[in-house]
Amino acid sequence: MPFKLRWLGLSALTLVLMGCKSEVLDPAGPVALEQRDLLISSTLLMLIIIIPVMVLTVWFAWVYRAGNKAADYRPNWDHSTKLELVIWAAPLFIIISLGALTWVGTHMTDPYRPLAEDGKGQSLEGVEPLNVQVVALDWKWLFILPEEGVASVNELAVPVGRPVEFHLTSDSVMNAFYIPAMAGMIYAMPGMQTELNGLFDHAGTFQGTASHYSGAGFSGMKFKVHALDDKGFADWVAKAKQGAVLDSATYLALAEKSEKNPVAYYGQVEEGLFARAVNLCVIEGKMCQAEMMALDMKGGTGVATPLASLPGRNPALAQAGFVTGVCTVEELLAASLPERAPIPRTEPLLGHGLTLPGAPNPLATLPLSPSDL
Amino acid sequence: MTSLTAKYYDLEPHHHPEGASTGLGFWIYLMSDCLMFAVLFAVYGVLGNSYAAGPGPKDLFDLELVAINTGLLLFSSITFGFAMLAAQKGNKAGTLRWLWVTLGFGLAFLAVELYEFHHLIELGAGPWRSAFLSSFFALVGTHGLHVAFGSLWLIVLAVQIAQKGLIPANLRRMTCLSMFWHFLDVVWIGVFTFVYLIKMI
Amino acid sequence: MAVTGPIETSLLFGRLTWDAIPTDPIVLATFAVVALGGGALFALLTWYRLWGYLWTEWFTSVDHKKIGIMYMILGLVMFVRGFADAVMMRLQQVLAFGGSEGYLNSHHYDQVFTAHGVIMIFFVAMPFVTGLMNYIVPLQIGARDVSFPFLNNFSFWMTVGGAVIIMASLFLGEFAQTGWLAFPPLSGITESPYVGVDYYIWGLQVAGVGTTLSGINLLVTIIKMRAPGMTIMKMPVFTWTALCTNVLIVASFPVLTMTLILLTLDRYVGTNFFTADLGGNAMMYVNLIWIWGHPEVYILILPLFGVYSEITATFSGKRLFGYSSMVYATVCITVLSYVVWLHHFFTMGSGASVNAFFGITTMVISIPTGAKIFNWLFTMYRGRVRFDLPMMWTLAFMLTFVIGGMTGVLLAVPPADFVLHNSLFLIAHFHNVIIGGVVFGTFAAITYWWPKAFGFTLDVFWGKVSFWLWVVGFWVAFAPLYVLGLMGVTRRMRVFDDPDLQIWFAIAAFGAVLIAGGILAMFIQFAVSIWKRNENRDVTGDPWDGRTLEWATSSPPPAYNFAFTPVIHDLDPWTEMKEKAVPRPTSGFLPIHMPKNTGAGVVLAGLATIVGMALIWYVWWLAAASFLALIGAAIAHTFNYNRDYHIPAEEVTRVEDARTRQLEA
Repeated sequence: MPFKLRWLGLSALTLVLMGCKSEVLDPAGPVALEQRDLLISSTLLMLIIIIPVMVLTVWFAWVYRAGNKAADYRPNWDHSTKLELVIWAAPLFIIISLGALTWVGTHMTDPYRPLAEDGKGQSLEGVEPLNVQVVALDWKWLFILPEEGVASVNELAVPVGRPVEFHLTSDSVMNAFYIPAMAGMIYAMPGMQTELNGLFDHAGTFQGTASHYSGAGFSGMKFKVHALDDKGFADWVAKAKQGAVLDSATYLALAEKSEKNPVAYYGQVEEGLFARAVNLCVIEGKMCQAEMMALDMKGGTGVATPLASLPGRNPALAQAGFVTGVCTVEELLAASLPERAPIPRTEPLLGHGLTLPGAPNPLATLPLSPSDL
Repeated sequence: MTSLTAKYYDLEPHHHPEGASTGLGFWIYLMSDCLMFAVLFAVYGVLGNSYAAGPGPKDLFDLELVAINTGLLLFSSITFGFAMLAAQKGNKAGTLRWLWVTLGFGLAFLAVELYEFHHLIELGAGPWRSAFLSSFFALVGTHGLHVAFGSLWLIVLAVQIAQKGLIPANLRRMTCLSMFWHFLDVVWIGVFTFVYLIKMI
Repeated sequence: MAVTGPIETSLLFGRLTWDAIPTDPIVLATFAVVALGGGALFALLTWYRLWGYLWTEWFTSVDHKKIGIMYMILGLVMFVRGFADAVMMRLQQVLAFGGSEGYLNSHHYDQVFTAHGVIMIFFVAMPFVTGLMNYIVPLQIGARDVSFPFLNNFSFWMTVGGAVIIMASLFLGEFAQTGWLAFPPLSGITESPYVGVDYYIWGLQVAGVGTTLSGINLLVTIIKMRAPGMTIMKMPVFTWTALCTNVLIVASFPVLTMTLILLTLDRYVGTNFFTADLGGNAMMYVNLIWIWGHPEVYILILPLFGVYSEITATFSGKRLFGYSSMVYATVCITVLSYVVWLHHFFTMGSGASVNAFFGITTMVISIPTGAKIFNWLFTMYRGRVRFDLPMMWTLAFMLTFVIGGMTGVLLAVPPADFVLHNSLFLIAHFHNVIIGGVVFGTFAAITYWWPKAFGFTLDVFWGKVSFWLWVVGFWVAFAPLYVLGLMGVTRRMRVFDDPDLQIWFAIAAFGAVLIAGGILAMFIQFAVSIWKRNENRDVTGDPWDGRTLEWATSSPPPAYNFAFTPVIHDLDPWTEMKEKAVPRPTSGFLPIHMPKNTGAGVVLAGLATIVGMALIWYVWWLAAASFLALIGAAIAHTFNYNRDYHIPAEEVTRVEDARTRQLEA
C-alpha cells in the first residue's frame, strides 16, 4: 500500500458507519482491501479542494451579503488572470494526482490479474489458485469446482489464504457477480467469459450477491461464501461429493427460471459443462460459439446452412432458430480455452486490455474475451 | 427619440429574409441523420464478420448488380444537379423534366435494391439469419428507406412546383431536397465501399 | 402478473385483450384517482368554455414563450408521477424486511423503478430543460421567436405523445421491467415477451423525435437570430450553455434513436444485433446506449449551470466573474462528455488500460466543472449578495453539488467503482447531482423567471418552506443511500434479509416524506401566488435588477418580445442600458412579421402517438393506417404556404403605449 492514509480514512469513515456492518469498508482480502484504500485515499485527496470550496461558498455569501455595507463592492470586477490560473490549476493538480493513483490502482486491481501476495505479505508465487467456474442462472448462482469435481448452487466454500480464480458466464441475461468483502464485482454475460481473481485472508462467512438487475427473481439471487481452513474446505468438498450428478440435462433443468433456490450440491460434474455453457451449446446438437467463430473466420458456410428450430425451453426462441453443430467436448475445450499468457503479477502498468507496442497480443487466440470487441 | 435610443435599438429593422435559417437547419438535420448512419456503420463494423456459420459476403453479394445500382444513384445526383441549374435559371419546365428523370433513377435504384433483398431472403439469408445479415439489412435498408422518402418528397415537390411555380418557398425546399439527395449519394459511396467492396476482396 | 409464454395475437386487436387491464388494487386506485381528477378537469374546462381558448391560444400556439410554459407544465405533471413511483419504492424497501415481501410483487416493483428512471429523465428533466431554453433563449438574444416556430410546436406535442404512451402503460398492459436503459438480453423478446419494453421503445422514440427537432431548432435560433452586436463572446452564459446543450442533443439523440431501432428490429423482426445465439453482441447495446447516455447527463446539467450563472451575477449585483473561462469550461465539458461513456461499465471486463483511460477522462471533466464553481464563488466575492429564493437555491446547489461531484469522481476511479458500481452509492451519487443540480436549478429558474412569464413574483413564505423541506429532505433521503452503498447493498433490490439495513431505509423514507412536503409547498406557493397576484405585481418588467435582455421588455412580454430589436454593445446589455439611462423607443413603430398558429403539430403528433400505440399492441392495420395518415397529413401541411402574418403598426403602438403608461405609473 503506497499510501499510509488507511487508518486516518478508515477511522473517519467508521465514525460515520459506527455499529453497522460495512462489507465494502471492512474487507477480508487483499483486492478488496486495496480497492477500499483507494476509495478512501481518493476521497481524502478530493476533500482537499471540496472542503475549502464549501467553506468559501458560505463565507463569501455571508461576508458579501447585501446588508453588509462595510464589505468591498466592485460591481465591474470580473477578471483576474492570477485567480483564473489558480481556478484552473487547483483542480488540475488534484486530478493529476488522482489520475496517477487511478492508473496504477486500476492495473493493480485488474480483475484479470493473478494475485501477487496474500495480503499478509506472503508471496503467492507458485501457489496454484483455486479454479471456480460461475454460471449466473435465472435466478441462482451455479458454482463448479472443476479440480475438485463438485458443484453447488447458491453456496460456495473456498480455502482461506489460497487465491481463487473465478471464470464467469451467464446462461440468459447479463448479471454481475459480487462478493463485497473479497474483490470487486464483474459482469457475467451470456456467450462471454469474464474473470475475477480474489482471496480471503481470514475465515468467515461472507455475503455474495448479484449486482446487476436481471429480472423478477433478482432480489433473491444471493449466496453465502464460506472462507474455511484447509480441513473445513476438504469437509465441504466431501459433503458436496454426496450430491447428485450435474450433467447437461440437470443443468438445463436448473437453468429454468426459478426464485430463491435452496442450496444444492453436486458430487460429479459432466466434463466440459462450463465450456459448453460459455459457448451456449449445452443443448444437444446446438452449435458451439467457438465452432461458429471458427467457421466464420473461414468466411461462413455458404448459403446452404439452414437454421434448426428448438423444441421446448423457450417458445420465443423457437422462432429464432439455431445452427446445428458437430464439435465434441474435446474439440470445444481445445478451441475455446487456450492458455493465455498471464498478466505479470506485479508489473503495474500492464493490463489485460492493451499490450506494449510491438509485443504480440497474448489474447489473439482467445475467441471469447470481451475485450476483443 | 434620442441618439442614445438609436444606438441601443435597431430602429430601422433590417428584415430577416424569410427562411434565412432553413438551409442551416436542414444541414444540421442532415448531420444528425449522418450520425444514425454512423451508428449503423459501426454496428456493421462490429458484427460484419459474424456469419453465425451461415453465408458470408462472398456467397451473397453480386458486385455487378451493386455497381449498376451505384451508377443509378450517381446519375440521379447529376440529374438533380441539372434540375437545380434549371431552377436557378427560372426554367420551370426544365426543372420539372430533370426532377422526373431523377425520380426515375431513384425508383430504378430502389427496384434493384428490392430485387437484391428478395433474392437474399429467397436464399435463406434474411436479416434474422446472422448478425452480419442483420447489420447488412439494417444499414442498406435504412439507406433505401431514405431514398424512398426522398422520392416521395420529390414527387410532392414536383407537384408543388407545377402548381405554384419556382417561388422562393419552393426553391428553398428544392435546395433542401437536393442536399438530402446528395447526402444519400455520399452515404451510398460509404455503403458501397465498406459494405460491399471491402468484403469482396 | 407478468405475462410469459406465447401471446395470442388477433387480427383486429393485436395483443390487446381484456386481460391487458390490470387488476392490481394499487393500479386500480391510481386509475380511479386519475380518472376522477382528469374527469373533473375536463368538466371544469368544458363548464368554463375554456377548450376553444386553450386550443387557439395555447395548443396551436407557435409562440416560444407559450410553448416553453407548456413544457414546464408537462414536466411538473410528470414529476408528480415520477415522484409517486419514488415513494412507492421507498415504502417497499422499508417494509420488505424480516421475511416480509413488502407490498409490491416483483412484476409491479420492477415496473415502478423502470418507470421512475424513464419518466424522471425523459419526461421531467428534459421538458424542464427544453422549456427553460425555449422560453429564455429567444428573449436573451433579442429575437422574436425561434427559427422554426411550427417545428417547435410539433416538437412539444411529440414530447407529450411520448409521455402519453408511457402513461398509458399504467392502465393498459404493463411497462418495461428492465431498468431505465433496457439492456438486452433482458429487454429482448425472449426474456420480455409482452408489451412492457415496446411501451418503453415507442414512448422514447416518439418523444425523441421531438427532442432532436427541438435541439436543431434552438441551435439554429442561437446561431442565426441573435440581435445585432451580440457576437458569440457577448452571448449571455445561459444562451451559451443552451447552445452547447443543443449541440449535444443533436449529436447524441440520433445514437439513442438508432440503438432503439436496432432493439426494435431484434424484437419485431427477429434480427440478431443484441442476441447471443447467432452472432449478436449485447455489449454493443451497452456501449451505444451510453454513448448517448453520457452526453445526456450534460444535456440536463449544462443549461442549469447557465441558470446558476445568471442568478449568481444578478443577485450579487455584479458582472459574472470569468465569463470567458466559463464559456471555455462549458465547451470543454461538451467535448469531453463524448469520451467518457465507458465509465458506466468498468466492471464489464474491459482491460485495465481501457478502464484507466476512461476513468481519467472522466476526472478531467471535473476540472472545467471545478472552474465553474470557482467562478460562481468569485462572482459573489466583492458583490452585494441578495438572498432571494433563486439565490438560495443556487447556494444550496453549490453546497450539494460539490459532494455529488466528489462521489462522481470517486466512481470514476475504476478500483472504487468495482466495489460501488450498481450499488446504492451510485444511486445516491446521481440523485445528488441531478436533484442538487438539475432540480434545484429548475426551481431557481422558475422562481427567477416566473415574474417575467406572468407579471408577478412568487410567494416568498411558501417558497422558503418548500426550499428547506427540499434541501433537508434531499439529504435525509439520500445520505442513507451512500451509507447503504458502502455496506454493499445493490440497487433495484425488492426484498432484504439483513435487518440491520432497515433503519437506513427508514431514514431514507422519512427524507422522501420531507421532499413530498417540499413538493406540496411548491404547489401551494404557485396557488397562493396566483391568488395574491395583485399584491406581488411587477410592472417594471425587471423585478430583480436583471442584467440580460429578457428584463428589458415587459412582463409578460408581448407576443413579438421586442418592438425594436435591441443592439448589443456589452455582455450585460440591459445593465448597460440602465446605467446609461437609454430611453425606451416610444414611437415610430412598424408592422411586425410573425408566424401564424397552426393545429398541424397537434394532429401530426397525435397520429404519431397512435402509430406507436398500434405497434406496441401489434395492431398492424391500425399502425399502417395511422402511419399513412401521418404521411398524408405531413404532405398536406406542406401545401399550406400561408404561414405568417403581420402585427399591424397600430397594434404594436397600442401595446407599447400601454407599457409606457404602466412604467410611468
